[in-house]
Amino acid sequence: MDAIQQELLEQLAGLHEVPEGAYNIRANGALAGRNTTANIDIITKEDRAGIDIRIKPGTRGESVHIPVVLSQSGLQESVYNDFFVGEDCDVTIIAGCGIHNSGDQTSAHSGIHRFFVDKNAKVRYVEKHYGAGDGSGERLMNPTTEIHLAKGASLEMETVQIKGIDSTRRVTTATVEEGASLTIKEKIMTHGKQVAETDFTVDMEGDDSSVNLISRSVARERSRQVFRSRISGNANCQGHSECDAIIMDEASVSAIPELTANHIDANLIHEAAIGKIAGEQLIKLMTLGLTEKEAEEQIVKGFLK
Amino acid sequence: MLELKNISFQADDGGKEIEILRNINLTLTNQFVAVTGPNGSGKSTLAKIVAGILTPTEGRILLDGVDITEKSITERAKLGIGFAFQQPVRFKGITVKDILSIAAGRETAVSEVCSMLSEVGLCARDYVNREINASLSGGELKRIEIAMLMARKSKVSIFDEPEAGIDLWSFQNLIRVFEKMHEEIQGTILIISHQERILNIADQIVLLADGRIEKTGSREEIMPDLLGAGQPCKTLTDKL
Repeated sequence: MDAIQQELLEQLAGLHEVPEGAYNIRANGALAGRNTTANIDIITKEDRAGIDIRIKPGTRGESVHIPVVLSQSGLQESVYNDFFVGEDCDVTIIAGCGIHNSGDQTSAHSGIHRFFVDKNAKVRYVEKHYGAGDGSGERLMNPTTEIHLAKGASLEMETVQIKGIDSTRRVTTATVEEGASLTIKEKIMTHGKQVAETDFTVDMEGDDSSVNLISRSVARERSRQVFRSRISGNANCQGHSECDAIIMDEASVSAIPELTANHIDANLIHEAAIGKIAGEQLIKLMTLGLTEKEAEEQIVKGFLK
Repeated sequence: MLELKNISFQADDGGKEIEILRNINLTLTNQFVAVTGPNGSGKSTLAKIVAGILTPTEGRILLDGVDITEKSITERAKLGIGFAFQQPVRFKGITVKDILSIAAGRETAVSEVCSMLSEVGLCARDYVNREINASLSGGELKRIEIAMLMARKSKVSIFDEPEAGIDLWSFQNLIRVFEKMHEEIQGTILIISHQERILNIADQIVLLADGRIEKTGSREEIMPDLLGAGQPCKTLTDKL
């Protein structure tokens, strides 16, 4: 792996060297390293690009890293990764994609991740997206995430995109069974002429199921963001989504919630707030000695923390 | 030393100019000064003009002999003017420790943050990493606002009604905070207040009314008048 790929890897996962536990590193469309453990198996798909990650029931405290790095300008790929998490597991999955494009051709990565989380299993899923390189070629990422939570299972997903991705359309769908819970925390910052679209569709199928979608974003310069959330409550369940965005310069942000209750005890809430940085926040930090620009940076940094 | 020379401020009230401050002349040496007066007398406007948040329509402001009238909020902060807001501002994601570090102009150690918070009556351990968001009460925010000025160590520290929202029970401790700041920094502490207990520790009291300085002097000179002052409402006395 070369220096650029190392740098991408470090940005994505804070990885300086080979991670502990199970991992699968994909670099420029090929396998660059893999490790399996007694409880976590990784198998290359035969019919298309991608891997199956199988985690044995009862596996606790283990982690899986599956970073993807692209440094070859013009490379475009779609990768299908399926996660099968056994009953009563408690695991962390860290995925991410870094694109370094110093050429003039578009580089693109579409990761299609499916999670099948069995009864009472607990998953923390972290996904990071990062782009770099000074070429005119665009860096595109279109992650698709499909989540199935069985009875009593829970999944907490953190997704972060702070820098360098020209266009992204992230689609997440989930079905949540009885007593299962899904939390998704999304952080996005766009600048230049970037476009970021988020699309959540969640169906709560069982009693006592819950979902909480939290999006915090900052749109600067002429970038555009669209946040769409569709939550259906088909049982006695709790659904909550919130979109909190700071808009700057000539950017544009849309929040489009859709709540559907198909059951008398479905309890669904959506909150959305979009606005520029409050003048009084800037003034307060300026009275503490920061310039207006420094104050803005602090506010944005805190907001996305 | 802070000098205000002929400060006037007019505001636009739906196309009509109204005078908020008229020809204020005030010299503040390194003392403990309390500004008091009825609601709407121009106290907060005066504080905002000193901090650079509002620009006076007329007049000059001098800090240690240097004219700072045209200086920005940031420049004044760097020159040594600190301002604790009457209504503290909330920030999502910025923690108490972050804001005290910004105020101090350097990364502060947890132990330093703890000692500042304890002085303003907050149990430090619970607050260091709390975000300054809607989860904090008004009284908690006011205390953090005071701690920010402790961290800044400004030559001139202005507090706009620091007592508002703080329970009387812990108020006495806060008075000690102001006294200690005054001792340590040896600068000017300017407190806008209606609280007799604050006025009682001031070296100088300024009484504002209707945008003018009605009276200024030592507390011995001003306090007796203030306490006995206030003619009963004429409508009421007519009824009696």
